[in-house]
Amino acid sequence: MSATTESRPAEGRIVRPYGDTTGDGMVQLSFTLPIPHSKVAEGAAAQLANKMGMDPALVVHAKPMGPDFTFFVVYGRVHHLVDTSKVEVVERDYPLLTPKEVNAAVKRALRRRLTIVGACIGTDAHTVGIDAILNIKGFAGEKGLEYYRELKVVNLGAQVSVPQLVERARTEKADAVLVSQVVTQRDAHLLNTREMSAAFRESYPSDRRPLLIVGGPRFDESAATDLGVDRVFGRGTTPGEVASYLVHRLAPQPDTQPDAQPERKAS
Amino acid sequence: MTRRPTGKLDLDPTTVRHARSLARKAGRPIVTMAKKHTTVAVERATLRLAGLEGADPDGTPWVNRLLDVVRADVGLEHGVALPVWDALLRGEADDLATLAQKASAGSVRFRLPEGRDAARATAGSRRQVAGGLRRIDTRRQERDRLIRRFGDAPRKPWIYLIVATGDIYEDIPQAQQAAREGADVIAVIRSTGQSLLDYVPEGATREGFAGTYATQENFRLMRAALDESSKELGRYVRLTNYASGLCMPEIAALAGMERLDMMLNDSMYGILFRDINPVRTFVDQRFSRQVHARAGIIINTGEDNYLTTADAVEAAHTVSTSQLLNEYFGKEAGLEDWQLGLGHAFEIDPEVPDSFRMELAHALLARELFPDAPLKWMPPTRHMTGDVFRGHLLDGFFNLAGALTGQGILLVGMMTEAVVTPWLSDRDLALQNVRYVMNAAGNLHEDFRPAPDGFIANRARQVLAETIELLDRIVTDTDAAGDPPLLAAIADGTFGLMKRPAGGGRGLDGVAKKSGAYYNPATELLEEKK
Repeated sequence: MSATTESRPAEGRIVRPYGDTTGDGMVQLSFTLPIPHSKVAEGAAAQLANKMGMDPALVVHAKPMGPDFTFFVVYGRVHHLVDTSKVEVVERDYPLLTPKEVNAAVKRALRRRLTIVGACIGTDAHTVGIDAILNIKGFAGEKGLEYYRELKVVNLGAQVSVPQLVERARTEKADAVLVSQVVTQRDAHLLNTREMSAAFRESYPSDRRPLLIVGGPRFDESAATDLGVDRVFGRGTTPGEVASYLVHRLAPQPDTQPDAQPERKAS
Repeated sequence: MTRRPTGKLDLDPTTVRHARSLARKAGRPIVTMAKKHTTVAVERATLRLAGLEGADPDGTPWVNRLLDVVRADVGLEHGVALPVWDALLRGEADDLATLAQKASAGSVRFRLPEGRDAARATAGSRRQVAGGLRRIDTRRQERDRLIRRFGDAPRKPWIYLIVATGDIYEDIPQAQQAAREGADVIAVIRSTGQSLLDYVPEGATREGFAGTYATQENFRLMRAALDESSKELGRYVRLTNYASGLCMPEIAALAGMERLDMMLNDSMYGILFRDINPVRTFVDQRFSRQVHARAGIIINTGEDNYLTTADAVEAAHTVSTSQLLNEYFGKEAGLEDWQLGLGHAFEIDPEVPDSFRMELAHALLARELFPDAPLKWMPPTRHMTGDVFRGHLLDGFFNLAGALTGQGILLVGMMTEAVVTPWLSDRDLALQNVRYVMNAAGNLHEDFRPAPDGFIANRARQVLAETIELLDRIVTDTDAAGDPPLLAAIADGTFGLMKRPAGGGRGLDGVAKKSGAYYNPATELLEEKK
């Protein structure tokens, strides 16, 4: 990932929220406080809004939720200015594609299905990660890679040895190998990953080696080079991100530039 | 139960009968196949019904340890009962727990008993498994008694809320709070990936991924907590979990013994969405449904999942098809209409013109095809964008469709779907939404009669016609191996676009064709009841 600072013309750079008049700075906010509903609770909500920079803050709605909680809606003015020239956006270094776009890109660039072999290696029996990415059930509202018509997914499941994985990658003529590691006892995830990347380097000529991708909640996304893999995905990665990355690396599109697209919400 | 005089859609009864007969035709060869096979999970469930509990120090359940040794000695095809009770009668151990420990230490050899030994092992296993079924019967009577004492949910649809912290001790106060806020049914979501574990974890668990492990102890703790809430609130609060994945039969047995009230249990979900072997799934499913039937558990089927992968308009008929198949398989296993929580969902793209009218048509079609089933109505997920205000409105329309079409179980939609796991305030707002709609329009169905040849009635008839077309294709499907047509259809990618061949998928190595000597006391007892 690379951080880029975009520069824009000076005019219109400074903005504040818009309610119904330019420059009124009006915002709305809702939250819950763990106190019973009372005058004091409403005062507490106003105090919180004040501390957040809303002045004046108007508590327009307060409703008890059970005996111990109160829900508030607050409208008010903020005085903060936003300078859009100072906004830093972390861009994905590849565009996020829909499943349809991924299928079309693979079809166009490879004229065959793209083969992915996935596994949990070593003694790790936690297939949560690999299944979230590969199973059609998917993760975070996105379908897994099995759902993509142009992706052939071979999920080897848990406790696969590195030689088994290499062997299967060769017989399947894998374009990419996905490895998931959850267990981090004594840095097992790092050791396993290095063993895996070394084995692939050893048994493939460097220009024929499948793309190596590793993922898991405790990985540092910037450690790819150190681990000898092409990409590391951390906590919260969705199947769509992985699919888009595969296209970016293995089925590049002549008409798309990797950095051209701003980050899209991945929910 | 009185029949509604005439349906609101005026469906042709001959067409409906035809659809059912096609479902029967598709399902029957699968049942025949299921009867000829057993699985490791069915055999382990049998051991659980006989009272074998607990796990070794590594957390591997004793039912797994014992079955693995039996299988290594004599194979799976005769069932676990004869070799195990033969060993007990030979005096290898005093009870199942000791036998399991000795077996895993390698100090017991199993054999397939014959003649009088076999007869004694049959009787012994039958007696002990009957004890487990008696426990399930007692729990069912207990549920009936508690419903009489505390009262039932005050209205239909039942309001169904989810908890999913990963920690059973966090789930409990959340579930109790949700009940106080108006939930009639609490579902504890399972940890991601549990469906692919070939064992049931043990004990109270505090670490799950996006959900809490289904274990016997977690079931017991949550049921006890909701019994407290039922008493406090003066209405019986139901508890739901998942009998799906590789351990479906065992989870069903545990649910029956711990008085869970509803279980998610779909005939094809594991095959299509979890890549579990089709034969394994159908065998496990039949056994688990026999247990649910006995336990008075309401099953919830998973048709909503089809609409999260395929377009909700184009694939509407796959929902009806799956409902018909689930109904056939469910009834064959002994479930009654009131136990069939057939699923469907409000997932049409809100940008599509007349989307709400189509939702009404689909929901009403399900209602009229299955007049006596408590349909499970699932909220929008696919078109929830993070715009919580729009999401709240969509949930309101979902609730209205539920009220207008007489749904039995309403899973409460959250405006923060796909954003965060629901906050306290999200749940409160969602319940206000439900209450407002039910209060304002709960009886609107009395006045709601779609025009006989109007958009809704025509759309419903069209979906039913497509359903029949699809069922026709299924019953005539074939494959090279000569599998039952439904298996061939699943292998072709007929459902949810997933191709799942009968010889592929997870858990196939846990399936065996029954030998002539096969005996399973649980199946025998469960089928006698019918």
